[in-house]
Amino acid sequence: MRVIEVPASLDYRNVEALYRRVAGEDDTGPVLFDARRLRWIDPNGMLLLLAAGKVAARSGNAPRISLPARQDVTDYMDRMGFPGAAAGIFRSVTGGRRSTHSVSDVLLEITPVTTNSDVHDVVDRVQSRAGAILSKTLRYPPSAVVRFSVILSEVCQNIIEHAEAPGWVAAQAYNWKKRLGRQVAVIAVSDLGCGFRASLETEHAARFGDRWGDATALEAAFLMGLTRFADTGRGQGIQQIRKQVGRWQGILSIRSGTARIADIPDWSSRPPLEEELTRFPGSQINIILPEHIG
Amino acid sequence: MTDEPELPVTIDVGVIASDSVAPARPDLVTRPTGRAVREAIEMRIARITRVPSVSLLDFTHVRILDFSCADEVVAKLLVRYMRRDRPREAFFLFRAIGDVHRHAVEEVLGRHGLAAVCDLGTGYELLGSVTGQERTAWHALERRGRIGPSQLAAEFGEHGTPVIRGLAERRLAWFERRGGACALSALARSP
Repeated sequence: MRVIEVPASLDYRNVEALYRRVAGEDDTGPVLFDARRLRWIDPNGMLLLLAAGKVAARSGNAPRISLPARQDVTDYMDRMGFPGAAAGIFRSVTGGRRSTHSVSDVLLEITPVTTNSDVHDVVDRVQSRAGAILSKTLRYPPSAVVRFSVILSEVCQNIIEHAEAPGWVAAQAYNWKKRLGRQVAVIAVSDLGCGFRASLETEHAARFGDRWGDATALEAAFLMGLTRFADTGRGQGIQQIRKQVGRWQGILSIRSGTARIADIPDWSSRPPLEEELTRFPGSQINIILPEHIG
Repeated sequence: MTDEPELPVTIDVGVIASDSVAPARPDLVTRPTGRAVREAIEMRIARITRVPSVSLLDFTHVRILDFSCADEVVAKLLVRYMRRDRPREAFFLFRAIGDVHRHAVEEVLGRHGLAAVCDLGTGYELLGSVTGQERTAWHALERRGRIGPSQLAAEFGEHGTPVIRGLAERRLAWFERRGGACALSALARSP
């Protein structure tokens, strides 16, 4: 059995370590994701575990996962709905102790996005929860709930319309006192679809010639608003998300294939474009919204 | 065909969304939802007996309007009725109260190079892509409400008629056969 050790910390900053481990050479036998040492995970990390599990299952063997030894981590993963989402992917979910929490403090549990009806469900659910978190925790104006919902709607539609495959979305607020001195909301969206390069290839690859690749495809969609649809009205979802996240001084990054592109605010030192990353199917979107100061 | 459009028919977009697309869901999100709402609106317009018609599309009861839906319900609707092969002569006013509705409507209009007459809660405004000359003429017509053929040149100068005709072609004003013009909002206020 191939054992993939999950890093002790699995959030948007260090997901690449797990991508590299998943893309190991031997991808034919059964896989165990060993998350016993996991101490910290954010929505990006949880969606990556699910996606990595799905990829591992393509070998014909459903993977296994050992849950974190720390109770607070499994409690949190419970509240985020990880066990339910993982049930159809991993053969067995071992370790950890099931939480008895009945009231969730989660902004949005891990939610599958397969149809447009799922997008309505996401928007419905967030409406009832996001108000207090956005206004009290992040100190955003009352209208932020609607703008936040629109962001979620547009990123989820990106899965349905462009990936042509199911995906997940999840969101949570955290206190980043040490890292940033502020509260943040983290939104993660992931799918195992065709990715940006394949989505745009037929319509746009020719114009980019030899430059065409994962990074160029991301630049075309992210910076130029190109889509595979000829319709003028298409492609504005990502552009509008960029504008809104920028107004809130947040991070927006999209990883697809072997590249990641991002809008980076002053408070982060991450690069705006990364290439030659470990190849992984689909697309992964990360949005981080910091508390408003001033 | 009558010369002047009938008084505006108010179409509650939120009710259409709840009734015919997603019961108990006052959110206009996702492109298929927007497409379904637009088709329902077009069916209502088709049932209006008098031609041409003015319809007031009211977003007041819509909680969330995302850009995909705004593109379908506002931009694609306008594009369809601006084309030469449009199904009928129809004009539109939009009631988009609130910053969030306004933002979505404005963004999709701008992307298509369109403009629309919108009630933003403080009176009618012109949203979207317009030239300075069009905006000036539209505001002048909005102040006057109606203007007769003989006053058109005096009010707007020698280029007044082409500019007002252009506004009418963009569905932003009503140009009468006898040469006068009328603001769409004036039609909405008419008893």
